[in-house]
Amino acid sequence: MNILVCISQVPDTTTRVAVGTDGSSINPAGVKFILNPYDEFAIEEGLRLREKSGGTVTTVTVGPDTSKEVLRTALAMGSDTAVFVKDESRSDSFVVASSIADLAKEITPDVILFGRQSIDFDSFALPSMVGELLGWPNISMVSSLTIEGTQVSAERDIEGGKESVSATLPCVISAQKGLNDPRYPKLPDIMKAKSKPIADRVATVVEPRVVTLSMTLPVSKRLNNIMTDSDADIDQLVRLLHEEAKVI
Amino acid sequence: MFSHPDYYNLDELFTEEEKLVRQTVRDFVDNEILPIIEKSARDGVFPLHLVKKMADIGLFGITLPQEYGGAGMNSTCYGIAMQELERGDSGIRSFASVQSSLVMYPIYAFGSEEQRLKWLPRLASGQAIGCFGLTEPDAGSNPSSMTTNAKRVEGGFLLNGAKMWITNGTLADVAVVWGKLDGVVRGFLVEKGMAGFTAPEMKGKHSLRASVTSELVFQDVFIPEENMLPGVEGLKGPLSCLTQARYGISWGVVGAAMACYDSSLHYAKSRIAFDRPIAGFQLIQDKLVWMLNEITKAQLLCWRLGKIKDQNTLRPQHVSLAKRNNCEMALTIARMSREIHGANGILDEYPIMRHAANLESVKTYEGTHEMHTLIIGQDITGLSAFV
Ligand SMILES: Cc1cc2nc3c(=O)[nH]c(=O)nc-3n(C[C@H](O)[C@H](O)[C@H](O)COP(=O)(O)OP(=O)(O)OC[C@H]3O[C@@H](n4cnc5c(N)ncnc54)[C@H](O)[C@@H]3O)c2cc1C
Repeated sequence: MNILVCISQVPDTTTRVAVGTDGSSINPAGVKFILNPYDEFAIEEGLRLREKSGGTVTTVTVGPDTSKEVLRTALAMGSDTAVFVKDESRSDSFVVASSIADLAKEITPDVILFGRQSIDFDSFALPSMVGELLGWPNISMVSSLTIEGTQVSAERDIEGGKESVSATLPCVISAQKGLNDPRYPKLPDIMKAKSKPIADRVATVVEPRVVTLSMTLPVSKRLNNIMTDSDADIDQLVRLLHEEAKVI
Repeated sequence: MFSHPDYYNLDELFTEEEKLVRQTVRDFVDNEILPIIEKSARDGVFPLHLVKKMADIGLFGITLPQEYGGAGMNSTCYGIAMQELERGDSGIRSFASVQSSLVMYPIYAFGSEEQRLKWLPRLASGQAIGCFGLTEPDAGSNPSSMTTNAKRVEGGFLLNGAKMWITNGTLADVAVVWGKLDGVVRGFLVEKGMAGFTAPEMKGKHSLRASVTSELVFQDVFIPEENMLPGVEGLKGPLSCLTQARYGISWGVVGAAMACYDSSLHYAKSRIAFDRPIAGFQLIQDKLVWMLNEITKAQLLCWRLGKIKDQNTLRPQHVSLAKRNNCEMALTIARMSREIHGANGILDEYPIMRHAANLESVKTYEGTHEMHTLIIGQDITGLSAFV
């Protein structure tokens, strides 16, 4: 089975982001980047599918030069090859999806794996767009996956429960947290990854469908809700913790 | 969520694989060590199940060639891995230091090909645990006064004597033991189960509680000829191992310091006293700035030390300076951090007191602070002040 895993680089969750001078992009200076956490599940699932049925795992990322780093992580985890699609434009999901779909047409994988979302822009759009551009079935938020021959069975997380679905290969899968327990790259494999190839590929040129107008940081405002030890305030506090903060 | 202070953007100096090693070990520490370490320390037990897990990601023998089970990486990768492990706990880092630098290194550097093939893959994979016996009840800072000795007999040697303060001793399948043969220090591979060899655990430590420390006792232990390390004679044998391990410690303690700083910064920003976050008080800021200042300097020392180690221009005295400086600053940071955390600083809900207690050992083992002062003092003045 040939497997394509699509991954991206996102700002570390502990990093403080700033808006760039153009007012519509993130200023990458001083930002620490990491592999999008959901993509770890996609890589791991790709490796497990290969371990079960043979074939190869190719990992791709679309982005600026700095994002190449995440491909090394995938290679160190065990991906066979990697493709780097250089795209400095940072435009919309459609542009990225077009590049991935064109790559898929060329290397004809049996399955394409994604993380359910990238935690920076949270558009949730890429897997469905790629599926649509290829005319393949797309199963999102998968928490359990079995592939026998060309038959795909999956469980999806839905509000308050699970849904079982099936489809046939080729198809697009997006991974939910808990799909598997991603492995750590082993140190000797980090060394070996240095000599694994990363193929450079030019991005597909298409017009973005959605244009970002501006980005702003949230302004945090204090609510100035000061509670006393009166019974009414205590009841109110318990209600807020339960209903709004949802911590009790 | 931990984020390491990088005030001078040193990340620019690290390669892709060095950063990948850091991320891997950092995730490992977050997932495998931090959830269990307070309990291990409280119970005074080494979490043995971690050995296999650490071996699986390749933490033993990082700089050794892959054909012996190592990772074949540079010294910076080794250092960075120790830094991350010690962000978890100095005891766990001690285990990895001993296994890699004090056991695998001498077998690789001074062992016969048979010894290498017998032990290195097993030590790398965690199937075997090693320890390093140099210190004796009456020979600590001055190892040349050791009394452990070997006498030649048919087919090998008879080893007699006792070692003390030996990390991993009770757990070890193989002990690299230094003793005198005809007055000359030699290294012997003493195997678990050899008649006359016992390794009782030392109890009652207030420091490195999640690490095993033991005595090694040798009563007429027969050591076959092929278990002596052929490649080195004299104190330079054990001392060269110590240079490797001290190098790792210099990085390691920066991890402990970072953990204390990170916790202090968060705590100071959220703890309210006199109606404002304590981070807003000058006296607290002074502490936080001092911490960051010292960590940044230590990071630079480590980075440079790694480079000169791989260029082979490193001298043991260079390592002494980093070990001396970094242990001192880490311990001071842990104590300051305890102050910033107030009463909470003594609780095991925070890692502070554990790091502070651990670092007391780290400042003493592998050459005390004073010994490193004397080593550097002699280096720059040409005058020995040891006796
Ligand atoms: C938890 C732990 C684990 C250890 N693990 C190992 C291990 O795995 N293998 C191993 O071989 N050893 C190990 N050690 C032993 C450690 O290396 C020694 O404790 C250390 O070398 C100091 O020796 P000592 O304790 O005998 O102190 P001493 O040598 O008795 O020194 C006592 C004090 O006197 C000072 N002093 C000594 N001589 C001088 C001088 N000339 N001038 C000025 N001051 C001086 C010292 O700096 C120190 O402050 C471990 C120790 C600890 C605490």
